[in-house]
Amino acid sequence: MMSSKTHLAAAVVQSNWKLGHQGDRLLVPIFAGLVVASFFVPAWLLSNGAVTLARALAVLGLILMLRAGLVSFGQGLYFCLGGYSVGMLDLVGVSDLVLRILGGGALCFVVALPVGFLLRRYRGLFFAMLSLAFSMLLFGLLVRSQTFGSTDGFNVVPTTLFGASLAGQQLQRVIFIAAATTGLICCLLTSRYFDTVVGRIAPALKDNEVRIEYLGHSGLALIHFEYTIAAIMTGFAGAIVAMAIGHIDPEMAYWTTSGDIVFIAILGGHTHVLAAFLGSVVFELVHTVALWLTPGTWRLILGAVLLLLILKLPEGLWSLFRRRA
Amino acid sequence: MIPPILEARGISRRFGGLVAVDNVTMSIPAGQILGVIGANGAGKTTFVNMVTGWTQPSSGSFVLNGRDITGLSPRTIARLGVTRSFQIPQVFLNLTVAENIAIAQGLAENSVARLFQSIGEPSRVLGCEAILDRFSLTHWADRRVLELPQGARKLLDIAMAMTRRPMLLLLDEPTSGVAREEKFKLMDQVFAAIAGLQVTVLFVEHDMEIVARYVSRVVAFFQGRVIADGSCDEVLAHEEVREHVVGRTWVQRGTNA
Repeated sequence: MMSSKTHLAAAVVQSNWKLGHQGDRLLVPIFAGLVVASFFVPAWLLSNGAVTLARALAVLGLILMLRAGLVSFGQGLYFCLGGYSVGMLDLVGVSDLVLRILGGGALCFVVALPVGFLLRRYRGLFFAMLSLAFSMLLFGLLVRSQTFGSTDGFNVVPTTLFGASLAGQQLQRVIFIAAATTGLICCLLTSRYFDTVVGRIAPALKDNEVRIEYLGHSGLALIHFEYTIAAIMTGFAGAIVAMAIGHIDPEMAYWTTSGDIVFIAILGGHTHVLAAFLGSVVFELVHTVALWLTPGTWRLILGAVLLLLILKLPEGLWSLFRRRA
Repeated sequence: MIPPILEARGISRRFGGLVAVDNVTMSIPAGQILGVIGANGAGKTTFVNMVTGWTQPSSGSFVLNGRDITGLSPRTIARLGVTRSFQIPQVFLNLTVAENIAIAQGLAENSVARLFQSIGEPSRVLGCEAILDRFSLTHWADRRVLELPQGARKLLDIAMAMTRRPMLLLLDEPTSGVAREEKFKLMDQVFAAIAGLQVTVLFVEHDMEIVARYVSRVVAFFQGRVIADGSCDEVLAHEEVREHVVGRTWVQRGTNA
């Protein structure tokens, strides 16, 4: 009797999304390892690494929506807003690393909240296209804005940390560690969230929104909530990228940026928080190698990789690590 | 006189030129098991959709326990204690039966703090086990709904509707799509599962034989109107019911010796 009860409890807890705490144990060691490694690698790799981690954060946000069956083709909107928030803070003389990251999230929260009221009413292709439209709207605005440097964008003031100015490799290392820390915190919280009742609604909603409504809850509210959380994480990512590269331009809102985020989510898979990071690392590797091999055709190589992946590993690279029942 | 759980007051619903439900007035006393019969297109499902707020009536009002619930959303009405099952089960097909129940149970708790707790929180798991047990779904627990036969899906649909411990449960054709010989077994399981939970039931069905076995009162719909309302015998004796609903040749099984 006892064993059947235990079995049942396991059945309740277990999900075919396999998003529970298994794998959580890996999070802290992996990110700690990254921090340690940052002391032994050259500066260029640190800035590439920070961008890779930041991009993974944006992908993590997208994964929240993918679980609910929604594909946003407009995460570039928040990526770019996060980046430009750094520029805006420059205007008021704020260059602190922590404030910049939080500022990116805050600006995205302020924008995503009202935009979410409109987007949450749409599903499928309409959701994808409408989110794309919003990001291209921002792109269009920025390109025409002289204050924000039009198509050239502008350089950001070097980042400070709690009042201390940093430079060169030390600055890049601090930004990288900040990216890793933000990544770890977001992973831990998201992973925990996937295990809660609310966190389990998304895949249920993907299956049947009518039942959610009849269980006394609003699918719209859940989508709005997850959309906003995703925007905040993408905002963090944008701010980190702005600091790591030291430059921002409207390209961050261009559809190819959003496309890359979707690409990485497909590449990595969306069944574990770490899939976003695995996908982002592989994406950066393919990018680097492809540029090195044939500078003009890296999108072609990327396309071939995606094609191969969809044929061979439709659930993404992370499925290689999933224990099969 | 038992106070009514639900009163429908002059409910009508028009879809363009079609009158799907035409001035229906009825009252369901607490604890009653009420059958609603009628041919396809008689307005039964539209009526259920209106009670639960999915479709708004063109005119008339619904009163639940003395409170006007007309115009409220399905989720508000669910929170007030009216839940339903569907002719085509509305469950989460790609999730396991246990997960379906756990999500339903989690959402039924109405506490924001509980919503942000682990789905596998021990007291919730215990609750889920009890529901699975009550609805004879335990052996399906770790199977995805896609792998289930229709009867089990129907049971799951009803079990999910019951997680809120509603005061009024609406069953919309719970036996449709289930093999004829399984129908009574399924309904026996359903009524055994909800027995003792103090729930009033409105049971929509077009098979009179099934209705007659479980309900104490029958309401017959025809072209959106209530044409008969009473005990099974009374309704079956009604001329219009014999003409339009059960058919002139209908004889209850067992009386046809």
